[in-house]
Amino acid sequence: MIYGGDIITPILMGIMLGGLYALIALGLSLVFGVMRLINLAHGDFVVMGSYIGYALMRNFGIDPILGLIISIPVMFVLGFFIQKYLMGRAFAIASEIPLIIAFGISLIIQNAHQIIWTPLSRALNTPYSHMSFHIGERQFPVSYLLDFVAGILIMLFLRWFLKRTYLGMAITAASQDKRVAQLMGINTGRVYGYAFAIAMVSAAIAGVFLGMTFPFTPTSGISFLTIAFGTVVIGGLGSMLGTFIGGIILGVVQTIGGYLFGPASQMLLVYIIVLVILAIRPQGLFGK
Amino acid sequence: MHKIDNEVMLKIEHIDVFHGTFQALWDVSIEVRKGEMLALIGANTSGKTTLLDTISGLLHPARGRIEFQGVDISRMDPYEIVSLGITQVPEGRCIFPEMTVIDNLVIGSYCGAARKRKDENLKKVFEHFPKLKERQKQVAKTLSGGEQQMLAIGRGLMSDPKLMLIDEMSLGLAPIVIDEIFKALKSIKEKGITILFVEQNVKRTLQEAERAYILENGRVALSGTTEELREEDKVKKAYFGVEVCET
Repeated sequence: MIYGGDIITPILMGIMLGGLYALIALGLSLVFGVMRLINLAHGDFVVMGSYIGYALMRNFGIDPILGLIISIPVMFVLGFFIQKYLMGRAFAIASEIPLIIAFGISLIIQNAHQIIWTPLSRALNTPYSHMSFHIGERQFPVSYLLDFVAGILIMLFLRWFLKRTYLGMAITAASQDKRVAQLMGINTGRVYGYAFAIAMVSAAIAGVFLGMTFPFTPTSGISFLTIAFGTVVIGGLGSMLGTFIGGIILGVVQTIGGYLFGPASQMLLVYIIVLVILAIRPQGLFGK
Repeated sequence: MHKIDNEVMLKIEHIDVFHGTFQALWDVSIEVRKGEMLALIGANTSGKTTLLDTISGLLHPARGRIEFQGVDISRMDPYEIVSLGITQVPEGRCIFPEMTVIDNLVIGSYCGAARKRKDENLKKVFEHFPKLKERQKQVAKTLSGGEQQMLAIGRGLMSDPKLMLIDEMSLGLAPIVIDEIFKALKSIKEKGITILFVEQNVKRTLQEAERAYILENGRVALSGTTEELREEDKVKKAYFGVEVCET
């Protein structure tokens, strides 16, 4: 990819791309913040969202963003049941078992995608995602703008939801003190189910915008899980705003890395930054 | 101490409770009567918190049963018990530290019918604890210890309880703050809410409560009206003689 000669272009690209990274990481951050579960399948859930969008577009000609009307309820219900009947029960036995289950789910999803879609790479090509827009003299793909807007909207929505609704407050309360949340009459088992379901919905949304920005394959989930981890390490777990800013930083670092060292090593700078933050501020820049 | 049945609100009959393989409560029987202020006295590890957690449904008795207004609650989950009208104010500063005062209170009204009465109950809480109204926008962890305890009690009131279980509220608080909290509890009781509170501070408790049970090593050692208990030699010796050791 050629960004042009100046450094402003990669920075703006990075900011917009960061919206997508934040979108991918929000669900991971939510599930960890509430249940202390590192959901290794999160990247695969995102890619699942991409494939559902792809299936709806190819078979029924439904625009992928419009297709969210169908995929969001599907992912919500799936997430609720995974938490309630798999993770929740496993948590009752030992806290590391859900981690293994998440890894198992990840493998199952990857292989199911291989069987259904073949390992070929796919993309969500819409008429508008390949258009471009201008900021001053500079030209950018519309898909990047959509990533950024979606990232902000979902982050603001989750912030509002966690602070201003009964269910959101119950999720927040359960993440701060499970025992006391139970004493307040919160059915923590159910609340965890909803938290996981909401994380799945955010993955479905992230998947669509991802698919409009980059091509994806059945194994793309792993690389996006890595990006989500990086985002969360930079921003700090649990805070939605922190995760969003983490995504922006990661996006900018990546594009500047590409600008400085070429596209092949653009992730190098990202990993260095992530390692440095882990060493000096392991709770993340905005973590508590 | 046989009373007519409809006066008994909560009836705990011969319960044994275990933490894993460790038995924390042995054949404990307690009656809470409607409208009273009942105290549960005992040292650390005497099983007071275990008893409250069993009433709240965080733990379940291995033997025996717990009846609340005629309903067997010994197998129920905590959220079911809260919606029946039993609220526990947990020990220490168990407020949600990162949430604001008002959000802590609102979360107290999470269960069922209490949501509809949120504004009404909020007004009542602010009447009992005017300080909370002044500080409603503050993050809860920035409150003083006494204010946090008031917040915890206020949060419990938000669930519209019939019976309030209060665990070790005076822990680490100045006497003047404890006075203030006991005053609030009395006016809460006058509004018709039954109170069962757990304390280590025996002298104080025997002044404030009407009846008390004394727990020792997971068993009920003594019970009666606080007047009776004050006269008991055993109580005098065990608690008033060694008051310097109390926390």
